[in-house]
Amino acid sequence: MNTPGDRAVIPVGGRRAGSVLAGSALRWSVLLVVVGLWQFVTTTVVAADYEPYFPPPGIVARTLYETWFSGPVSRGFLTPTAIDHLLPSLGRLLGGWALAAVMGIPAGVALGRSKYAIEYVQPVIHFARSIPATTLIPVFIVLFGFSTSMRVSVIIFGVLWPILLNTMDGARKVEPSYLDIARVFGVSRPVRLLLIIVPAAAPRIFAGLRISLSLSIILMVTSELVGATDGIGFFLSNAKKSFQLPEMWSAIVLLGALGYLLNTALLVFERRILGWYHNTEESR
Amino acid sequence: MLEVEELSHAYRRPGPNVLEDVTLIVGDGELVSIVGRSGCGKSTLLRAIAGLIRPTSGQIRLDGTPVDGTPDNLAMVFQDYSRTLLPWLSVRDNVALPLRGNGMCRRARRAAAVEALEAVLLADAARQYPWQLSGGMQQRVSIARALAYQPTLLLMDEPFGSVDAQTREDLEDLLLSVRANRGMTILLVTHDIDESVYVGDRVVVLGHSPGRVIGDLAVDLPRQRDQITTRELPEFIHLRGRVGRLIRATTR
Repeated sequence: MNTPGDRAVIPVGGRRAGSVLAGSALRWSVLLVVVGLWQFVTTTVVAADYEPYFPPPGIVARTLYETWFSGPVSRGFLTPTAIDHLLPSLGRLLGGWALAAVMGIPAGVALGRSKYAIEYVQPVIHFARSIPATTLIPVFIVLFGFSTSMRVSVIIFGVLWPILLNTMDGARKVEPSYLDIARVFGVSRPVRLLLIIVPAAAPRIFAGLRISLSLSIILMVTSELVGATDGIGFFLSNAKKSFQLPEMWSAIVLLGALGYLLNTALLVFERRILGWYHNTEESR
Repeated sequence: MLEVEELSHAYRRPGPNVLEDVTLIVGDGELVSIVGRSGCGKSTLLRAIAGLIRPTSGQIRLDGTPVDGTPDNLAMVFQDYSRTLLPWLSVRDNVALPLRGNGMCRRARRAAAVEALEAVLLADAARQYPWQLSGGMQQRVSIARALAYQPTLLLMDEPFGSVDAQTREDLEDLLLSVRANRGMTILLVTHDIDESVYVGDRVVVLGHSPGRVIGDLAVDLPRQRDQITTRELPEFIHLRGRVGRLIRATTR
């Protein structure tokens, strides 16, 4: 039985890779132009009376390399500074974000599928998420002292809400016909949860995770500005206080690069997991 | 045997009845077409039998036992295949989904899924994803999923409503051959008069607002049907005329 309507439509992925590459080259060229302009202005226009607060990008780049990434191969090119400050920051950032995900996703699915609990809990959640997590730093200092727990708690408190709210929304708005299928075919509750509800909510869960990841970086740095002995935030404020301005700028650039890389990694992971979603959205 | 007795349903109360006093008996192995204008409550009737909605009044019995919730040996094929196949599962896993939790191991489930896919001539597509297939193929996957469940009663809600005419004829013949091999009871809802006569042993005509049975016609056509010659038979033409007149009389 082969009819004209019977051919399979488009295989996965394919063609897009080229245009994605061209698109990203274009985006990067804008950044290059901006950096080039900065370099030009700081080395030729204002170079006569040296401006220490805005060092030329060339110097920032060299400092970035020397301060963070000129270490031995055996340590992945990380310098002692990077090991002392970058790694603890990264650990707190990813730890806080992962813990928020571990709490927020199951709670969000449970609340999203509940009939009544959501009505009671929603106002509390909306109130709590309106509190800027940074204002709670003193509270967490009282609770945990100047410790890693304090900093991780600040991150968790700040990033839990986008994950929770997005997951709740995704779990609540599962296509009703998917649930009809589950009922007609007598699909058990655990299978329904794992094979129908969670995958159906996955695009929203990932949206929450993406928002949370960029929030995590902000909160990580902020929490390291007070009473810290390590971390990129600590390094940054220390460099500022001791007028090591290229070092300060290198930390700023490092944070930007870190955010970009983490977000890209998450997007790549999401593309793998949610291939079905991106493919069906395009065909609609 | 499926017995529907004086079934009425209103989605809102107080509100108009979508179905009113529908009484219908379907014998084992029968293929009954239910035909009517859109909005006459055909789908509501199927959803009530499937236990997806609780009717306002009346009773449904399957082999003598009243239906409460979804009966175990019932499967359903929906019109909108794109919303009832799970896009994150491969074709094979979609078909195997109903088999989860009945004690079969993964390997046995997959084997059963592939067997069901063979019945709809789609074994080759087992590893693909639903959205990689054409509409007609997706609806065949839907049918395979229902077959894998090995139901004694199969409900089909306008199953061929969203595919092109040629694919539709192929799917009608596929349904007839599957039915000849497996011998289950089938209730097929359609708004297409020709289709209702072509595939059915019996055509039940539903009137419009409220939906009630206004005609119940036996289809006296040879069991072996053919898209061209069957449709040329005088009995076929006569029957489709009768069904058409019944439906036309419902609103004007």
